[in-house]
Amino acid sequence: MCQVDEEYNGQLEHRGAPRVSKKCVKCKENTAVLIIRAGDAFCRGCFKDYFIHKFRAMLGKNRVIFPGEKVLLAVSGGPASISMLSQVQEGLSRDAPKKLRFVPGIIYIDDGGASGQSMEERKRAVAQLESVFRATNYHYHIVHLEQVSSLPSSVLEAGSSATEKPETGLSYKAAVDHFIQTRKNQNQHSDLSVENGQSHLSSLSMQEVQNEVTSPITPEHTQALQRLFASVRTLTAKEDLLHTLRQHLILHTARTQGYTKVMMGDSCSRLAIKLLSNISLGRGASLAMDTGFSDPRYGDVVIVRPMRDYSSKEIAYYNRMFDIPSVFIPGLDTKAQDKASIQRLTESFVTKLQTDFPSTVSTIYRTSEKLHTACPPQNTNTQLSAKCLLCVCALDTKLGDCIFHLNCNTLIT
Amino acid sequence: PQTGVKLLFGSVKEHHVTLPNQSEPWDMKQLLVWIRGNMLKERPELFVQGDTVRPGILVLINDADWELMGELEYELQDKDNVVFISTLHGG
Repeated sequence: MCQVDEEYNGQLEHRGAPRVSKKCVKCKENTAVLIIRAGDAFCRGCFKDYFIHKFRAMLGKNRVIFPGEKVLLAVSGGPASISMLSQVQEGLSRDAPKKLRFVPGIIYIDDGGASGQSMEERKRAVAQLESVFRATNYHYHIVHLEQVSSLPSSVLEAGSSATEKPETGLSYKAAVDHFIQTRKNQNQHSDLSVENGQSHLSSLSMQEVQNEVTSPITPEHTQALQRLFASVRTLTAKEDLLHTLRQHLILHTARTQGYTKVMMGDSCSRLAIKLLSNISLGRGASLAMDTGFSDPRYGDVVIVRPMRDYSSKEIAYYNRMFDIPSVFIPGLDTKAQDKASIQRLTESFVTKLQTDFPSTVSTIYRTSEKLHTACPPQNTNTQLSAKCLLCVCALDTKLGDCIFHLNCNTLIT
Repeated sequence: PQTGVKLLFGSVKEHHVTLPNQSEPWDMKQLLVWIRGNMLKERPELFVQGDTVRPGILVLINDADWELMGELEYELQDKDNVVFISTLHGG
């Protein structure tokens, strides 16, 4: 009598569906271990090369980061931003061919106060992330969401570009030279707070401590934050508010610590969802900035999204195979129902569609690449009164005295 | 890597399971049914939908994409390692 628990002898192998044993489309030798997009199967080695190369190619294609520039990496602990961190390490490492040259710092925003986490849970999450950050040897900043209450109002203004945007037509090389020259001139001023030409932007002093962790927050701070979020009725608006507040904290940290670029870990999948959600939220006019590679709305600090070409699947697989440690931190919408918010609903919609039609996300992504603003990009020449206070984009509605964007408006009603 | 999926399994990341004997080989489809009935602590719809895993959950069998192994029809072998990774924001 043959024994059939978990062991299979050769006779049984012909039963059932044949295993599809594909070869890697790149090297055509090794067995493929992962399928991405609509049918590209890679072996482990070729996938790693492809993954690493894509990051460098993204930065190389969109040449906005200057050598020696201070770049703030916004890390949430999630797989995409952790993956971005590992790619920055790869790119900056000494043995990388044509290695990247910029000065990285890391910022983590602890938003546990808004998502109902206890202090112990938050401390644990921060400790886990700190050990990840310490292993990189980069400066890192841990900022609590509660600190929004002490942000100066200047965070709601776009600053002038630190490098006085060169005329279009200037080659990248000339722009780099210009950047280096401008920095030299600035350093000649003894007062470093004039770095951005607007001293009031740095008025909130933050202690210059190595790997600073900002001062501990009081329960009153947390309660004030909770009251703020409780006063926002829908999860949709809460998520939007959280995003806005995080951006402000990141921007402020960048300005006070001298970072002129911020890298966000938005993946292709995430941006496709964001694109559709934002249309539903009434943010159609700023789609190009919200989902494009570079986001110049703040003027002096430019946000870039180097992970925008990676799908969630690629990132998850890479992290798993090459032991990149991500930290799961429950958020506002963890375990929420599909219909709990516009963002969740859109995510569910896109993800389901992607399962049956694997080119869904890339189609949305390619469409978003074609979006450009009809008028010149937001810059400080636009009168300040014509910009939304919360998201710093040009106003697209006339609301008289009330100068909020249409969807920013929903936060306060 | 830590993912949201473990939240549905009592926050335990790794589980060693021995499946009950049966005359036919276990396939992934049956495994999912078994997991749903025996291991999932809460909110089954966040893990399985219909016959298969919820969209957005990546399944690896011995470190390979299950799409390359026949997905639900893959027949399990002794000591196979199955990993579920959530790529979703809300899970």
